[in-house]
Amino acid sequence: MTVTSTSAPAVKPPQDGARTPRAAALLAGIGGQNISLVGALVVVLGLFAILNDNYLSLSNMQVIAEAATITGLLAVVQTVVIICGGLDISVGSQVGAASVVSAMVFTSTGSGTLAGMAAAIGVGVLIGILNGLVIVYGRVNPTIATLAGLAAYKGLAQLLSDGRAQGFVLGDDVFIFLGRGKLAGIPVMVWILAVVALTVHLLLKHTDIGRNLYAIGGNDTAARLAGININKYLVFVYALIGVVAAVAGILLTARTGSGQPTSGSEGLELKAITAAALGGCALKGGKGGIGGTLLAVALLGALENGLTVEGINTFWQNVAQGALLVVAVVIQQRRSGERAVGLPH
Amino acid sequence: MHPSMSTPSDPAAAPEPRGPRPDTAPPSDSVGVSGITKRFGTVQALGGVTLDFPGGQVTALMGENGAGKSTLLKILTGDHQPTEGHVLIGGAAADLASPARARAAGIRIIPQEPEIIPHVSVAENVYAGALPRTRGRFLDRAGLRRRITADLERLGFTGVLDPNLLGSRLTPAQRQLVEIMRALTGTTPPRLIAFDEPTSSLSEHEVEALFLLIRGLRDQGLAIVYVSHRMREIFRLADRIAVLRDGNLVGVQQARDTNERALVRLMVGRDLSTLFVRQNVATDRLVLDVRNVTTDKVTDISLRVHAGEVVGLAGLIGAGRSELALALAGDQPIRSGTVTLDGTPLPGGSPGKAIRAGLGLAPEERKAQALFLQRSVRDNISLAVMDRLRRFRFVRGSAERALAEHYTDRLRVRTPSIAHEVRTLSGGNQQKVVLARWLARKPAVLILDEPTRGIDVGAKAEIYQIIADLAKEGVALVVISSELPELLGLADRVVVMQGGRITGELSHAEASEEAILALAMADDSVAAAPGAAS
Repeated sequence: MTVTSTSAPAVKPPQDGARTPRAAALLAGIGGQNISLVGALVVVLGLFAILNDNYLSLSNMQVIAEAATITGLLAVVQTVVIICGGLDISVGSQVGAASVVSAMVFTSTGSGTLAGMAAAIGVGVLIGILNGLVIVYGRVNPTIATLAGLAAYKGLAQLLSDGRAQGFVLGDDVFIFLGRGKLAGIPVMVWILAVVALTVHLLLKHTDIGRNLYAIGGNDTAARLAGININKYLVFVYALIGVVAAVAGILLTARTGSGQPTSGSEGLELKAITAAALGGCALKGGKGGIGGTLLAVALLGALENGLTVEGINTFWQNVAQGALLVVAVVIQQRRSGERAVGLPH
Repeated sequence: MHPSMSTPSDPAAAPEPRGPRPDTAPPSDSVGVSGITKRFGTVQALGGVTLDFPGGQVTALMGENGAGKSTLLKILTGDHQPTEGHVLIGGAAADLASPARARAAGIRIIPQEPEIIPHVSVAENVYAGALPRTRGRFLDRAGLRRRITADLERLGFTGVLDPNLLGSRLTPAQRQLVEIMRALTGTTPPRLIAFDEPTSSLSEHEVEALFLLIRGLRDQGLAIVYVSHRMREIFRLADRIAVLRDGNLVGVQQARDTNERALVRLMVGRDLSTLFVRQNVATDRLVLDVRNVTTDKVTDISLRVHAGEVVGLAGLIGAGRSELALALAGDQPIRSGTVTLDGTPLPGGSPGKAIRAGLGLAPEERKAQALFLQRSVRDNISLAVMDRLRRFRFVRGSAERALAEHYTDRLRVRTPSIAHEVRTLSGGNQQKVVLARWLARKPAVLILDEPTRGIDVGAKAEIYQIIADLAKEGVALVVISSELPELLGLADRVVVMQGGRITGELSHAEASEEAILALAMADDSVAAAPGAAS
């Protein structure tokens, strides 16, 4: 017989630290990636606190949080699509389109707050479904499909707005509340991000939908053979992105006071993907979570704010953000022990 | 046996002419392997194989699926490194650390599936990786044309192969010719050429032409290795026949000294294991009724499986068994024919529908097709029963844990906890996780495709017990396996496929390894009567 006999295979010893089960469970709950993010965040906060007395003040924290909200919303849904193995680089353009639509409908309906918001969300859903259909039924690679969307939806926003800021919403209480209001000392925008993040977290971790999304990203063949309707889920996820991007667009309108076709939304896709990747999403899918992504959003926000406070050129900030992303992914790949042959998966 | 005495020489020292040689002047050094053992983890694929491949002879390599033929070829061609032993060239150990080294040493393979670059010409396909170039790095188009014309002329392929044709437009036979040209050209002369199941996609007269070519190469003094399952071809072509079984060389004979029966006996002759626990619990209640089903891969399949019955599906690799399983599971479209489950038509179109109708499939490649390696044991088990575990859309955590605990206990999955990632488990325990998923689903029909591939004997015995238990519970079971003793030990009935068709059915009493192999290797000319397909 050629098979080596292992008639009574020993139980595999639990690898990392079953000696202190509680500590191990806690570690597993937070995750190694997140611990390094917390560490990085502490370092960044500490460094800038030393350099600038005001950095850790409540008002500056609020500034950081508000500035990071729109990125945060997009990063949360980017996390979802990356988990199921896709990508959406058209999110920034979607925000611009939604922002323009919300302001223009608001104005043209004579301060129709609800109409403006509903129209923006409607446009978001349509764009998302279109993305999903092109990818699933047009068989277009998600990166290419949403690259096309990045250009097309930006163009759409510019066409609608003639390339200029449109409408003025800051006469409206609801928009003022969304953009400037506070609840229990915390900006309303941050509350919205919290609600969206919590909802998506529950969706991912505690519903069958979430399980199926992880399954699709982890092994799509196995997911299909286990009876999951992959196409339906993918279209759903892109529609979800559209809705959340529309919410972000409405917040952008509320922040700036008018519909912005590109200003404030251009480049958000890069920040969102950076945050998701930093937060531990494997770009091949099947891995990641909202917690890590939010930590990464906080880290990026704290870094950006600190560099601005220190008066460092924004060009350098871009370099820093890019470097951080590459370093994070290199560390991630090293950990997974991939062989350096050809293109990475 | 060691290669015959011939002067050892360093293959790297072979002259390196630019462009093709006027003739394939083969070196006299013969190629052989000595004491080759290859282990993948705990699985031993080859156990101390010593064999020579003398020049001027066709050596056929035979054996069942998994006997070690492919592994041996891959070691010869530098794809795999032996765990122990050496490849010998001219009696001296050669270091074939990479496919490029093996190629430089004159060892060439014609793979079963030719590797063709679709969007470039035949000429560029032939010399891919070593294209002629001018000074600098510009492609020397004139040189390429001269070279391909000369090589086509020399090898007698002029007119058969248009050097300007794109790779994507080649017929299977032409694709193979491209591979053959790659093997026969190059900066070093070939000394051994291995053909891996070369005739599987060729028509009859193409096979004739290939045999003429192979005999011609042999007569020039090249060593030929020929891997095939087709007895008739082997006896027409081979001078010597080497038989592998379970990774061991069990016989080398001159073709004229042996016959088909003796070969089959050599290929299968091992002790029937006592691991099997088949109980005769088949009932008369028809559960799965497949009638005249034709898909893109299988033709006119009719199959009936009763409650409590275990039907074995035998055949060689490529016989269409897995394709049939995938079609029944809704993953490949059924073009004609009907499938009913418990009297109602089985809905096709998606695996989800088949699962809800009561049919489960544990597919052939557990890692690629069934498991989520980065997810926990619990998540892997509960995936197919989510509809029973959720309230509104929330998964009931305690019910899910209870389910996972129950099935990991029942199947004795050895894992530190149900929260552990599946990739940390051994192959046998991973397979049990796949089975647990389907047991939890409680299907009326369960198709198990190679349920014991690559797992150790202890886990195999446990899986046989699980299959027997499922039969006792009244599940209709289809077991696909390439291990014949397993089918003989488990199945109430064995259905044999070849070339996408059913070539025969054997009751438990009739079934023997010889009878199954005879049906599985039945000549295509007999099985594929023209006009039978609709």
